[in-house]
Amino acid sequence: MDLFERIFAMLYQFGDTFAFLVIACAGLAVIFGMMGVINLAHGEFIMCGAYVTASTARAGLPLPLAILAGALVAGIVGMFVERLVIRHLYHRPLDSIIATWGISLIATQGVLIVLGSTMMGVGTPLGSIEVGERSYSLYRIVLMGCALGLLGGLYLLFYHTRFGVIARATIQKPQMALALGVNTGRMYGLTFGLGAALAGLAGGLYAPTMTMVPTMGSTFIVESFVTVVVGGGDIFVGAAPAAAILALIKAGLTAWYGQLFGQIGLLVTVILVIRILPGGLSGWLKGTSR
Amino acid sequence: MTFNRTALASLMTSAAMACSVAGPALSQDGPIRIGVLEDQSGDFAAATTVKVHAIELAAKEINDAGGIDGRPVELVVYDTQSDNRRYQEFMRRVLQSDEVDVVFAGFSSASREAYRPIVNQFDGLAFYNNQYEGGVCDDNMIVTGAVPEQQFSTLIPWMMEEYGPNVYTLAADYNFGQISAEWVRQIVEENGGTMVGEEFIPLGVSQFGQNIQNIQASEADFVVTLLVGAAQASYYEQAAAADVGLPMASSVNVGQGYEHKRFTPPSLANMFVTTNYIEEIDTPASNDFVERFRAMFPDEPYINQEAANSYIAMNLYKQLVERAGTTEHDAIRAVIAEGDVCFDGPSGNVCLDPKSQHMSHTIYLAKVEDDHSISFPTVWENIAPYWLGEAGCDLTVSDPSAQYTPSSPPPAQ
Repeated sequence: MDLFERIFAMLYQFGDTFAFLVIACAGLAVIFGMMGVINLAHGEFIMCGAYVTASTARAGLPLPLAILAGALVAGIVGMFVERLVIRHLYHRPLDSIIATWGISLIATQGVLIVLGSTMMGVGTPLGSIEVGERSYSLYRIVLMGCALGLLGGLYLLFYHTRFGVIARATIQKPQMALALGVNTGRMYGLTFGLGAALAGLAGGLYAPTMTMVPTMGSTFIVESFVTVVVGGGDIFVGAAPAAAILALIKAGLTAWYGQLFGQIGLLVTVILVIRILPGGLSGWLKGTSR
Repeated sequence: MTFNRTALASLMTSAAMACSVAGPALSQDGPIRIGVLEDQSGDFAAATTVKVHAIELAAKEINDAGGIDGRPVELVVYDTQSDNRRYQEFMRRVLQSDEVDVVFAGFSSASREAYRPIVNQFDGLAFYNNQYEGGVCDDNMIVTGAVPEQQFSTLIPWMMEEYGPNVYTLAADYNFGQISAEWVRQIVEENGGTMVGEEFIPLGVSQFGQNIQNIQASEADFVVTLLVGAAQASYYEQAAAADVGLPMASSVNVGQGYEHKRFTPPSLANMFVTTNYIEEIDTPASNDFVERFRAMFPDEPYINQEAANSYIAMNLYKQLVERAGTTEHDAIRAVIAEGDVCFDGPSGNVCLDPKSQHMSHTIYLAKVEDDHSISFPTVWENIAPYWLGEAGCDLTVSDPSAQYTPSSPPPAQ
């Protein structure tokens, strides 16, 4: 195997893990980073997106549209949940943890009762490409592009649109924003909906590669929480570099010692970060730049 | 409050039992209570909800035909939520406060080993109706699922002959996967093959990019997949998308989690599974079973080997109690020791082995075709669960209540 193949294989594994971490954590990072709400129902929004994507794709919708439909439905469900439950708990962060956990239990069990223990998935599209002796799934390379596109899109949304400015103003100084005529309640609702829609997008993007079961969200949960905790409150200076570092650690350890050590590496990293950098990467980066 | 009432009820039951010494008919008159602890939610639910339905079907048929020895069957069902602690909690509850006569329990080997000490503590009787890694020598347990000498001693040599001697194992990282992988390793060596790779995957892992690369880099002729749970089942889709293209061999897929029905063809093509039953088996007994099952549960997604084993276990228990004339465990074991406890059910005639209290099986080799239909390249008739008995486990003589593996066999007598 020549050098190019070896480097491609390593880049592919790194990119694959990076994409998974970024896509899985984006929704959580928006809701936690912007609103300070620890959303334990994150995995269930992912499941919601995946289920909608799979069922609409099976009904004949082209896959990209089906994925967007998954994100849209998860976002709408998220706005409902915000209006009904989260809104009343903004000043009670511990209670909101319990509430979102309850929502996640209800969602998992509800889907199990209504739709059964499993659902037919959609096959992975696009086939594979050959690089030297090995073949790689083309769809997973598309996922890497999606992760970068997602970060770029969120950056544009928050820093170059009216919505982004108002949303950031609402989060930073809610009273001042209110005094300037911003409907802060609506902004909170939209931001939570955006986080839920991003979770739904994660579910939609990974639906063609996974088993469709009511508990599927839980396989995203550890990775996304680890990324957000390591990254800290800000998705761009926090979650994105955290995903890159964690992807390096996880892909490297998995390649050398196997899946178990990849997982151990993730958890050891998060323990160290909590101990040394309580504000996460973004807290540390912002602190040093000040 | 419910707890107190249950406690009171059980107190009254014990009092009634104490009084019944004078009238021996009393304890033999009420319903026979059967505890059912299976995962109806959580990671394993897709494969195990059908077991509960199979037990309900058997109970209905038994009751419609007049019960066991004239006594009706009553099921006490709890959802164990794919959680080992729930197994321990509910096992205590069914044995202590519900006072069931027998328990049907468990999917994962981790859950079985979690509850087995409790069954031993209260001297209960439990049927484990699942294929597993083998080796449980415990007279409180009756195992109706297939074991490695039935599933691997048939499958691995056949695969090596067909596809080549280089084997790569991908196994779930807990007792089932570790011990099964040990069996595979030993059988590959005995047949002159080579293990070119062996990886253990923690339960709940759903991303297999690196494992797929490792397999492609190896010289494997086929991959043994011993993956468990819904998350790990994502491997097949991902391997197919990366065009791994190697045949797969397994003791757990298709027959348990019906992956060929859940995934889009051809992600499972060229998967070979040894199973003692799946609904595609085209015999009059199997077709009749499927028909009766779907009449009671029209929406059942798939009738797997554990459903058949659970159904068989109910009928074996009926036979045991009727021949013993009581639900007493010693009397039941005495009947098993006679060595002729058999049942001709959905998977053909099967018999209990007195030494290990495991069951003989006809093993079908199921092959998943490109369109995910099933064909049966070969069938091994009537394979006995011989390993434990040959290794020195004999429950008619002594009860070590232990689990053995090829590397830690029973101590020499």
